[in-house]
Amino acid sequence: MKMNLRLKIGLVILAIFVLGSFILPFFMEVDPSRQGSYPKNLPPSLEHPLGTNSLGQSIFWFLVIAVRNSLLLGVSVSCVTTLTAGITGLLAGYVGGWLDRVLTALMDTFIAMPAFPILIVLSVLVRGNTSFLMVGVILVFFGWPWSARTVRSMALSIREREFISMARFSGASTLQIVFQEVFPYVYALLVVAFIDAVLWVTTTEAALAVIGLSKVEIPTLGSIIFWALSYNALFIGQYMWVVAPVVATAILFLGIFLTSTGYNQMYATRRGHDV
Amino acid sequence: MIRLNNIVATYTTVRGQVDAVDGVDLTIPGGKIVGVAGESGCGKTTLLKVIYGDLIYPLALRQGSVEYELEGVVHTVDTRNGRQVATSIKDYWFKYISYIPQGSMSSLNPVVRIRHQFVDFLDPEHRTDDVIDGIREYVKSLDLPPEVVDAYPHQLSGGMRQRIMVAMATFFKPDIILADEPTTALDVVVQKGILQLLMEIQAQMKNTIIIVSHDMGVHYQIADKMLIMYAAKAVEFGDSEDVFKAALHPYTKMLIESLPTIGDDRMRRGIAGRPPSLWEDLRGCRFAPRCPLATELCLAQEPELIEHKPGHWVACHYAGKTHQ
Amino acid sequence: MNTILKTTNLNKVYRLGGLLNRIRINALDDVNLTIESDEPVIISIVGESGSGKTTLAKVILRLVKPTSGSALVYDRLIAGKGEEPSNREFFKTVQPIFQNPFEAFSSYRTVDTYLLGTAVRVANLSKTEAVDAVSEALSLVGLEYRDVRGKYPNQFSGGELQRVSVARALIPDPKIIVADEPVSMIDASMRMNVINLFLSLKEEFQRSFLYITHDLATAYYISDYIGVMYRGCIVEFGDARTILADPLHPYTQLLLDSIPDIGRKWEKKKIALADIEAKEFQFEGCRFYNRCPHSSDRCRLERPPAKRMPDGRDVYCHLSWLSPKF
Repeated sequence: MKMNLRLKIGLVILAIFVLGSFILPFFMEVDPSRQGSYPKNLPPSLEHPLGTNSLGQSIFWFLVIAVRNSLLLGVSVSCVTTLTAGITGLLAGYVGGWLDRVLTALMDTFIAMPAFPILIVLSVLVRGNTSFLMVGVILVFFGWPWSARTVRSMALSIREREFISMARFSGASTLQIVFQEVFPYVYALLVVAFIDAVLWVTTTEAALAVIGLSKVEIPTLGSIIFWALSYNALFIGQYMWVVAPVVATAILFLGIFLTSTGYNQMYATRRGHDV
Repeated sequence: MIRLNNIVATYTTVRGQVDAVDGVDLTIPGGKIVGVAGESGCGKTTLLKVIYGDLIYPLALRQGSVEYELEGVVHTVDTRNGRQVATSIKDYWFKYISYIPQGSMSSLNPVVRIRHQFVDFLDPEHRTDDVIDGIREYVKSLDLPPEVVDAYPHQLSGGMRQRIMVAMATFFKPDIILADEPTTALDVVVQKGILQLLMEIQAQMKNTIIIVSHDMGVHYQIADKMLIMYAAKAVEFGDSEDVFKAALHPYTKMLIESLPTIGDDRMRRGIAGRPPSLWEDLRGCRFAPRCPLATELCLAQEPELIEHKPGHWVACHYAGKTHQ
Repeated sequence: MNTILKTTNLNKVYRLGGLLNRIRINALDDVNLTIESDEPVIISIVGESGSGKTTLAKVILRLVKPTSGSALVYDRLIAGKGEEPSNREFFKTVQPIFQNPFEAFSSYRTVDTYLLGTAVRVANLSKTEAVDAVSEALSLVGLEYRDVRGKYPNQFSGGELQRVSVARALIPDPKIIVADEPVSMIDASMRMNVINLFLSLKEEFQRSFLYITHDLATAYYISDYIGVMYRGCIVEFGDARTILADPLHPYTQLLLDSIPDIGRKWEKKKIALADIEAKEFQFEGCRFYNRCPHSSDRCRLERPPAKRMPDGRDVYCHLSWLSPKF
């Protein structure tokens, strides 16, 4: 499998994040969320690679756990939303008829609902007494409709193309056509949808965390920022506390993006293009 | 008269460079309708672009030049000052040399009335009203209903739009008109109308029209001279009557013989195989793999385009032979 | 005698435009065709754009439902009230070949998956039998299985891919193959390979074809019957050679006159320009009225019925200008 440069870089970045956040914790000396483990506000040094924060936590180790939690949340929620979006979009677009009407009504309802205010209200009602799982479930509910609509449009346009008629005359059933013929064209959309979802989940969770409405005791990329802001990190010159999670998020996203587009590019060149 | 000096035109793509026209060297006489025939990928559209001077990336003229005389000035399109010369040619576009590209009936601006699209490329000094009157006169002289000048493109049929394109291209009575597949995608009845229009214009203005088409029937009807291209090479060139009656190149011969005609019940055969990919390293005659007359010589040595009979050029080691 | 194809008052109406400005386009307007034969036949339907020939093909292929009327193929009612065969049965009787071979296959799949899929699902063969059937079908069109296996559509030329299409259509042993402009997107030198293939499939392997085209020359070359369509109506139908050698309907005459034929140069006659299409679909009488050099008032008001000529063809024309003869 000849990988292009883009894919290689993307995978390297992802590998660092994933392996780092899952393996490194075995080398942790203390639980990073425990406050007061170290002297406060130390600058970056060999012992504390990113320094310590006002709570006496090691920024680096906290970040490692936070990345792990954010990845877990982001990936699991995105998997569910992308799967749901894919299936509903394909069926609605290709099958049409009453199924389409029902599904589209569902999609439109969820899109029309202002997600963020509702999330805030829900979070307030639940008052932080929610489990991390609940947060995930709520995010799934609001995350799936957007990509579902895009998938549906694509399925609608593919339906009219000649190779679909060809497939029917080759005896394929509706389900076979949807998943064998239409799906490959929709695959690229789903990858993009997945990346969007991961980003959306992370930022929404972060946004909620920053207001204090998520489970901020759990370290995530968002909750780091919450704690950092609560302790006025920027005012006291503790830039690392805020900059570290932001940069980490940016690089993580870059890694996912490069991986998926790099893979798509490689797949395209393999598909019989070198005659 | 248009002189093509050993033209090599190259496209730069992600996969590398490919020579869409690979060494075409001949003289096209003026005042005639010249048909350029060949199949997809033979280089005919690229050749037209080179003659027109439309050389923008990814197309470039790697070698050779085109020379023609417009209004007493000799123009050269070549590689030394590739870009510069192309720019000066642009001053002559539409006025002395005109190009009707493929699918051009879709090239009209959908939100602008026809009359304003004519006016687009004029000098600002001319008064618009005078010009529009002139346009109406011209359109009428071509037997088109004068109302079309005030219409929007979508209100006209495809055939009518193509006639407008021909009218726009010939409004300034250019010396050279280049038409790329002007009637493809049009119905056969409409096609006849447009071809007749072109023939009339040429008869009146006595200019040179170079028409590219994959349809040999079209060439039979309107071309005075024929250029046959195959895999980026010129393989035959001569009077169309000679080419159709007694083609010298086996490709031309087999192509013409493969076309069924009404009233003729003879068996027709297509040519087996397909044209070579220009990405490969091509040696010898490019038609040899499909040619029934091919020998070792053909596979090893590329034939030159030579004047086999007066005015009839062909690139084949066995020109005129019917069997080995 | 088998009824190879029979359409009865076949209509297909499309409505265009918004709420206030609806236009009716009769893409198929009362089309009546009957072809009966014991031998396989090639029927050509010719016409220009807007003639309805593609719509007719789509109705026969069940890709489009007619607004009214019915169609029979090999004695089975395939469209219209009470249409019988299930899709399974239908696909074993009628198979298509589409115009653009590169659009007919998904670029994400290898072409042999379509062939094998047809063998297993339509012809109901086992996996091993399927491979044999595919090899056989491919050899009928002059290709070897090993040259096709594992390849994607863009690895073939247009002519080769279209032959693969033909092979796929042959696998379920269909009685009739509907080919919609099968060679218009193929280079001239390879066209006759596919056309000759149709002819040999009819003569040696007993397949009938419905050949939809705008190219009268290839239609002449292979057809037994030819139907000429104009704006949704049949204008002339009958034995191909008879009609093309001596066309009676003015539109057929115009068509034949306009073909750029090799061997016969055009006369200097000017042709009548076509008016904007939608209007012609609305005519009460003959659709060809405003372009016909022989039209009369009767033509404007009255739709011409089919006139059976002594030589067996049907002409849809009042033929008042020929009255001394007929």
